[in-house]
Amino acid sequence: MPYEAVIGLEIHVQIKTRTKMFTAAPYQYGAAPNTLTDAVVLGLPGTLPVLNYAAIEKCAKLGLMLGCEIAEVCKWDRKNYFYPDSPKNYQLTQNEEPLCIGGKVEIELPGPSRNVEGDHRWVTLNRIHLEEDPGKLTHEAFETVIDFNRAGIPLAEIVTEPDMNSSTEAVAFLNCLRNMIVYAGISDCDMEKGQLRCDANVSLRPVGTDKLGTRTEMKNLNSISNVKAAIEYEIERQTEVLKGGGSITQETRRWDVESSSSFSLRSKEEAHDYRYFPDPDLMPVQMDRSRIKELEAELPEPPLDKQRRYQESFKLPFTLTSVLCVNRELCEFFEEALQTHQAPKQIANYITNDLLRELSAASESGDCALGVGQCKLTPSHIATLVKIIDEGVISKQIGKEVFTEMFVTGEMPDAIVEKKGLKQSNDIGEIEALCREAIAGNTKAVGQYKEGNIKALNALKGPVMKATKGQANPAMLDGLLKKLIDEG
Amino acid sequence: MSDLHFKTITELAAMLAAGDITSVAITQSVINRTAAVDAQVKAFLSSDPEDALSQAKASDERRVAGKSLGPLDGIPIGIKDTLAVKDQPLRCASKMLENYVSPFDATCITKLREAGVVIWGRLNMDEFAMGSSTENSAYQTTCNPWNLETIPGGSSGGSAAAMAAGEAIATLGTDTGGSIRQPAALCGVVGMKPTYGLISRYGLVAFASSLDQVGPFARTVEDAALLMEAMLSKDPLDSTSIAPQGETNYAAALKEKKGPWKLGIPHEFFGEGINPEVKTNIEKAIDWYKGQGCEIVDISLPHSELAVPVYYIVATAEASSNLARFDGVRYGHRSDEAKDAMTLFTKSRGEGFGDEVKRRIILGTYVLSSGYYDAYYLRAQKVRRRILGDFEKAFEQVDAILTPTSPTPAFKRGERADDPLAMYLSDVYTISVNLAGLPAISIPSGFTESGLPIGLQVIGKAFGEADMFAIANAFEQSHGYYKMMPAL
Repeated sequence: MPYEAVIGLEIHVQIKTRTKMFTAAPYQYGAAPNTLTDAVVLGLPGTLPVLNYAAIEKCAKLGLMLGCEIAEVCKWDRKNYFYPDSPKNYQLTQNEEPLCIGGKVEIELPGPSRNVEGDHRWVTLNRIHLEEDPGKLTHEAFETVIDFNRAGIPLAEIVTEPDMNSSTEAVAFLNCLRNMIVYAGISDCDMEKGQLRCDANVSLRPVGTDKLGTRTEMKNLNSISNVKAAIEYEIERQTEVLKGGGSITQETRRWDVESSSSFSLRSKEEAHDYRYFPDPDLMPVQMDRSRIKELEAELPEPPLDKQRRYQESFKLPFTLTSVLCVNRELCEFFEEALQTHQAPKQIANYITNDLLRELSAASESGDCALGVGQCKLTPSHIATLVKIIDEGVISKQIGKEVFTEMFVTGEMPDAIVEKKGLKQSNDIGEIEALCREAIAGNTKAVGQYKEGNIKALNALKGPVMKATKGQANPAMLDGLLKKLIDEG
Repeated sequence: MSDLHFKTITELAAMLAAGDITSVAITQSVINRTAAVDAQVKAFLSSDPEDALSQAKASDERRVAGKSLGPLDGIPIGIKDTLAVKDQPLRCASKMLENYVSPFDATCITKLREAGVVIWGRLNMDEFAMGSSTENSAYQTTCNPWNLETIPGGSSGGSAAAMAAGEAIATLGTDTGGSIRQPAALCGVVGMKPTYGLISRYGLVAFASSLDQVGPFARTVEDAALLMEAMLSKDPLDSTSIAPQGETNYAAALKEKKGPWKLGIPHEFFGEGINPEVKTNIEKAIDWYKGQGCEIVDISLPHSELAVPVYYIVATAEASSNLARFDGVRYGHRSDEAKDAMTLFTKSRGEGFGDEVKRRIILGTYVLSSGYYDAYYLRAQKVRRRILGDFEKAFEQVDAILTPTSPTPAFKRGERADDPLAMYLSDVYTISVNLAGLPAISIPSGFTESGLPIGLQVIGKAFGEADMFAIANAFEQSHGYYKMMPAL
């Protein structure tokens, strides 16, 4: 009997706020351990939580972006469990009434090849709720140490419905979700820094049936490749069990990166009783409808909508939009460049090829990856460059040279052309004289061309370009050579 | 000057203003009195006379410089061991916090410091405020100054006994189910619990967050009113704190408000379980009010008989979660026998907590457990709303409600120590007030034949402190029981 996998994801996203969720202690990644704490973070006797409203607003924004309904009232529950990374031994979370209800995320599946756009579909969400991040435990050789810097950071937990059927869909979902969240400035979603973490629920059922099978929950998936590997491993493991006539045990499993396998953490019977109850220290927050409208108006255009628009309005091919649209900064750069010169395809080409290549080369030699905002080029640099090529001031070939120069110096392309005397030569007399010299000096190539080998013409163009330092108008050169040979 | 320690705040404030005495003299008097009697009373867990005298000296310097901070400037006030004072021990009378020193002031302490109060000593209590006799302290048993064989009541027994014995001019306590009013009644002093939210809970080590309130013990109603005025604030550190509303110049208002008032007598509070001497005493007090022209209204609080069971579900549920933070990881008692995270928790907590605290944690954990939550916690919350509804209905007819504070006078040490249920019934008249979040005050209303104090409870409307104080003040000033001191 063939089986079909059913996958649901629980994604924890650290919300980017200046201070923590229930106190004024600041947060930044990479600070020395236990330096970003205060009496509230450490759960000292007598302390009380006070809500950081920015966390609610950012989470509501996330919900609005993902098409969720925003609750009328935001309430808090205590989730009680003992663990050393939890300063109060309870976590403030939203059990009964999440801030965001429902929702759906558009995903783009990989196409048959890198250059071909894949299918799109929607993944349904169950809810998004807010909670506080616990501290971080590090197990060393003979002891376990705790860093409470992370404790109290606002965390949005995004819960999908069991709505995916393969690791490919799960990965596509995570990529699309991450793009959207980064786009909206809600989180940087760096999985290595723990800003986005994923648990996966996997079950199998016979193909063609609706009833969900028994599921297992996989924890500790801290990279996209882990998510993919763990889901595939689990589908295979469950398939083996079912095919061997066994049944799946409902359990929580932990993915082990070293061995690329998972092991059981606890069974359903051993599951915690979290003894949820409404937190008596925090008052419910009435969500202001007019404020929600304002937040909605601040939302950026989602990446896949942007991609559709670029393809339709600017006739950009998928090979360009797929690079451009995953990065909001690039898109803004692109659209600003269009203000100077309306040549979407050429500008997009320069951004996705030349600019990204130079940035990545510069990043390799520097300390960190460079963003568009950190380089010396402005949208007007690239737009102007494309403009002077289009106007025939310089050739495309010279354009590449000018680009490299302006990336390093930040000078405007027209200034570079002026300074270096790179203007295209349209002096028909000079070019014709040089052409005659070239034809006379290479009878072999002339013969080949006459026999129908058009490429042989390149051997004649070389010396002319060399003599003009590449500035001869290529179209003029091409026409003159052909004319002179035909006449000759 | 003799016996300064038995004077009221208003008397001392007048003497200070006239330049007849100094704060150092008052503080020294209190220190001397404590040195003389505390070996018998055992109200203090610790004290720092040098620190108190230096605060007193600063107060005197302010006064000389013409910068007195008001009637409380220079008045030594004892603090219950559950309220945080910077750099002082905060043990909650528990082994669990044996070596814990608070790094910050509770907001009520900050407010009192702003009024110039001399913060004086740490007062004994039932461990984590759980008990009605102060016998649950892990350190010592406090004695009732009126009869050293009897208990002072609890949980703020140290605060009440210190007042009665002249070891402080006023004290602070906390009241979750009667923990200020019951010991005040048993020790013959004034004890007051404000409307929930009126005094910040920041720095009060939480027992049951939705019930806990800070309040004053004083010799007179007027003194209690002065302390309340000083502590009022809408605290940004406590989300449950509420901006003061209505008349808040309590001390001035209690002299202006002369009645007559409509006073409700709930017949449910005079039935089974009340000591006959107490009953007679309170009936006499009611007759006095009637004689003053007050209208006495027979009212019913039909759900009050459910107050004790509701309280022991709600309070223990919250306590089981609030006390989870005491785990030996970040501070507090850590077992030497801990071998891993789980034994660190279980051994540290097993060794650190006393029996009553464990009993309540277990009870609270049980009522929140999955499968029992609806039957206990949820149902208790529903009944709690009905208890509040009873009061709201009664207050449509009356200005305040008169009841006994405690069904019995002080009982002998050990008498109820092994009978938790009998102990829990000590608070039968005070608990429903906490469940409804109302203000109430206990004032001395006479003595039993054997010379033990009896207390009259005046329950006010929410934020009706001004009327409540005025009603209590009228009785107090006409009877003058506050002038009686125990022979020690």
